[in-house]
Amino acid sequence: MSDGGLQSQGSPVIRCESVYKIFGKNAGSLLNGSNGFINQAEAAAASCIVGVNNASFEVQAGELLIIMGLSGSGKSTLLRCITRLSDATAGKILIEGEDILTMNPKELLEVRRSKMGMVFQNFGLLPHKTVLENIAFPLQVKGGTTKESVERARDMTQLVGLQGRENYFPRELSGGQQQRVGIARSLAVEPDIWFLDEPFSALDPLIRREMQDEFLRLQAALKKTILFVTHDFDEALRLADRIAIMKEGVIEQLDTPANIVLNPATEYVRKFTEEVPREKVLKIESVMDALDASEDLSDLTVSRDAIIETVAEAILNQSKPVGVTDDSGTLVGSLHASHVVKVLFGQHTGEQ
Amino acid sequence: MFRLSLQSKLTQFTVLLLVFAALCQIIGPSEDGSGNYLWRLPPLLKEIPFLINDLVRGLMFEWMPIDVYDPTIEEYEQKPLFREITRAVSSAFLFIIGAVRELILGGSKTIVAFTSWDFLRDNPWADWPALPWTVVAGWAMVLGYRLQGWWMAILAGLASLYISIFGQWAPSMKTLSFILIAAPVSVFIGLVFGILAYKNKVIEALLNPLLNVAQTMPHYSYLVPIIVLFGVGDHAAALVTILFATPSMVRLVLLGLKNVPTDVVDAGKMSGCSEFQMLFKVLIPTAKRDVLIGVNQVVMQCLSMTVIAAFIGAQGLGSNLLIALNSLRIGTGLEIGICIVLIAVVFDKMSLAWAHKQTDYFADLSFVERHKPLLICGVILVTGVLLAMAGSLLFEEGFNYFYIVPHNKGITTAPFWQAGVDWVWDTFFYMLKTFNEWLITSVLVPMRDSYLAMPVIATFVLVMGIAYILAGVRSALIVCGFLLFIALSEYWDRALITMYMATFAVIVSGVIGVTLGSLCAQNEYASKAVLLLCDFLQTFPSFIYLIPVIMLFGITDTSVLIASLAYAIVPATRFTVEGLRSVPPVLHDAGAMCGVSRLQRLVSIDFPVAFPHIMLGVNQTVNFALMMVIIGAFIGTIDLGQLILKAISEPQGTGIGITLGICVAFIALAADQIIRTWANNRKKMLGLD
Repeated sequence: MSDGGLQSQGSPVIRCESVYKIFGKNAGSLLNGSNGFINQAEAAAASCIVGVNNASFEVQAGELLIIMGLSGSGKSTLLRCITRLSDATAGKILIEGEDILTMNPKELLEVRRSKMGMVFQNFGLLPHKTVLENIAFPLQVKGGTTKESVERARDMTQLVGLQGRENYFPRELSGGQQQRVGIARSLAVEPDIWFLDEPFSALDPLIRREMQDEFLRLQAALKKTILFVTHDFDEALRLADRIAIMKEGVIEQLDTPANIVLNPATEYVRKFTEEVPREKVLKIESVMDALDASEDLSDLTVSRDAIIETVAEAILNQSKPVGVTDDSGTLVGSLHASHVVKVLFGQHTGEQ
Repeated sequence: MFRLSLQSKLTQFTVLLLVFAALCQIIGPSEDGSGNYLWRLPPLLKEIPFLINDLVRGLMFEWMPIDVYDPTIEEYEQKPLFREITRAVSSAFLFIIGAVRELILGGSKTIVAFTSWDFLRDNPWADWPALPWTVVAGWAMVLGYRLQGWWMAILAGLASLYISIFGQWAPSMKTLSFILIAAPVSVFIGLVFGILAYKNKVIEALLNPLLNVAQTMPHYSYLVPIIVLFGVGDHAAALVTILFATPSMVRLVLLGLKNVPTDVVDAGKMSGCSEFQMLFKVLIPTAKRDVLIGVNQVVMQCLSMTVIAAFIGAQGLGSNLLIALNSLRIGTGLEIGICIVLIAVVFDKMSLAWAHKQTDYFADLSFVERHKPLLICGVILVTGVLLAMAGSLLFEEGFNYFYIVPHNKGITTAPFWQAGVDWVWDTFFYMLKTFNEWLITSVLVPMRDSYLAMPVIATFVLVMGIAYILAGVRSALIVCGFLLFIALSEYWDRALITMYMATFAVIVSGVIGVTLGSLCAQNEYASKAVLLLCDFLQTFPSFIYLIPVIMLFGITDTSVLIASLAYAIVPATRFTVEGLRSVPPVLHDAGAMCGVSRLQRLVSIDFPVAFPHIMLGVNQTVNFALMMVIIGAFIGTIDLGQLILKAISEPQGTGIGITLGICVAFIALAADQIIRTWANNRKKMLGLD
């Protein structure tokens, strides 16, 4: 449960082992001189900037991992290393078991053409191509015929709700619409892995919300393996299966949203979680008590995966404790209103 | 803080000026004319022209001899490789130019080249006639309409009409034919080098100083080496035009490619583009606008070279203009000048329209719809030919005005202009003469003498001091390097004369331009109008500016200076208006709420914020003034330009021409270094750009 329950399934789609990205001429010697994490002060003394500092993690198939951090934390650098838009200084990055850092240009091209799709913060749309042509571009680059590519691109415009705007140029679209094109383009080749680099950061808050919903809808249907970078903690909590929080190139904590809120690993992470409304993040399971046979439960039951906020009112209206069920409907625990109130309004729950 | 630094800058300048004045007083020319290196540096670099000459000669006549089969003596002969290459290039160019020319103006050499004279005699139909001018005019209109609409079509039509009825058709088409060769070649070379520089940092680093020098070298100094390497004629003119026009294309291609957003580059990579796909499907299309503005620049540069290229044998409007000016037929010169300007304006507007045109990929058109312009062109061709045939019956005295209006049979307004010039001379003779004499005796001559009376060490101290105070140590050293080259060559005194003329032109045109710009910037409509006027004036090839001043002031230094002034006012005005208009409106609001008056706002808000941009205008003014001063050598000055012009007709000219050109380029680059560094620092400080 602590790692989102996904670690056990097969081999990871993405696996990073001690990845470093160091900017500066003395990167090599700096790396040799240290084991494990590089000291920031030492790096500064060697006039180097450490973008990614000893990052190791895995992403399982169908998992949505969000890399969260403030600007300059190295989150985008890490993403660029994994896509090899820039070369990591050291470490191993395995995409479906193959080390992307040792690939030759041809293999890399092949991986990008078939396995990866990416969405960019500033959309990265080709200004001289229409919506349809932009979406068809990766297919044509791959060598598809115009007819096939255009047909597929038509389907994609429907998927992202841009039908009727196929012949528009990017400059004629709003930001939200442009990013829909970006999303459609990144999905056109049906990639296994979907990279999103702050896809909604350039959008207005209302549009951002709308796009997040859209994104969740797409992901529910497509079940891609996703690496998503954002600086917005709320966004991360809303979307993620797991979150990696980065600071100065180091992954401070990598865990499920609930665990990050309830058990922040470092002071830095705790500061992020302080202001977070818990009821919006936590699932019922994190506040339920063990099943006590003697207890008299209410008729109402709730799913253990439900977010507290969505069922809080119903629970608080009950006079008796409420039963908690798992996916198959068996009772797995009970919920006391007093406990819920404590979680929602108390400073610290201290227990699960 | 600001007050303090201003004061310290003031002190620095005062000290600098005092030192300069003291040096001027102390050091004088030595009596025996030798040895005093503080007065003039020894010409240590005077061998450079000869070295360049030897190099070129070696290359042309000795380097890498190869066996070449000579069909006339039916034997192999030893010939140097390089000369064979230049010969091949020359004849290729000559051939293509001839082909295009014959396509428009008629002729048979090209057809003969593929067949033989016998073939032509047996098949008289193959003797290609000229296109009737009505056809070319009609095509120009269709093209204009396609690119921008009716206005462009009318402009193109009127321009063709003017050219034709004034009897300038044949020379105009000759000029056109060589632009149609030079421009595409320049664009191609520019693209290649731009892409190479974008791909490779080393190439960029190597290319950058070359481009700097190439863009500031005066037009004339390109002529000499081309003559030596390629001879004289239309091909040489085309080559010199290409040489002159390519650098700005390289610059703009590089700029455009660098400005492609990183997200777009990354998106291309993540879509799995190969290098080739990346370049031609992502980078260049995205940079399309800059690339096409480069094309526009190339076309304009080509046109500005038409007159100068005539010095080395370009046929067409340019050579006619030169002949007219040389024989002081101002009226004819003016008419030809207007032709050149018209061609330039039409080309400028058309290529800009092309740059801003967006293709519609999805318009679902029928065959006829899609090929409508082509079909119309076909119709025009048939109509034009029929009209020309009808014309041959209609006009009995032998000149078919529907075919080609001959040179001497067009309408001419030359007598009118000539009469105008005479009238101006008769009426204002004393006024002009007095003004001219006053300017020469009480401004120009004293200014020149004082420039020449500067000891070299004082000049260095002054210029480097200014560079140091405004732009820092690095700039001071760079400027020193530039000056040192000139001081160590033989041409320091000539350079001083060039500098004095340029300084005069820059100061006067700067003052006029900035004043004019500031006044116009106060009103939105005036700003727009003056910017349009600047656009229009900038399409004039520089040589054209000489015509009206010769009309008024005859062949004197005054003419050159006034032409330089007129030419150099344009950038000063433009940048002032742009700078002042781009002051953020929020600053105006803030000022208004503090209760500033209009004048206070201008002095304490607008000017300080716009000043760096205005200085960039002044920088261009320096460049323009220098270019014009050098071009002015055509009507007789005694500075570097005159020497460059003289070098064209000298056997040893190559080296001298190039060295002199570099001297002029270095003057421009020194000024550029100081002003640009200062303006950029200042902009950074103000948090602009």
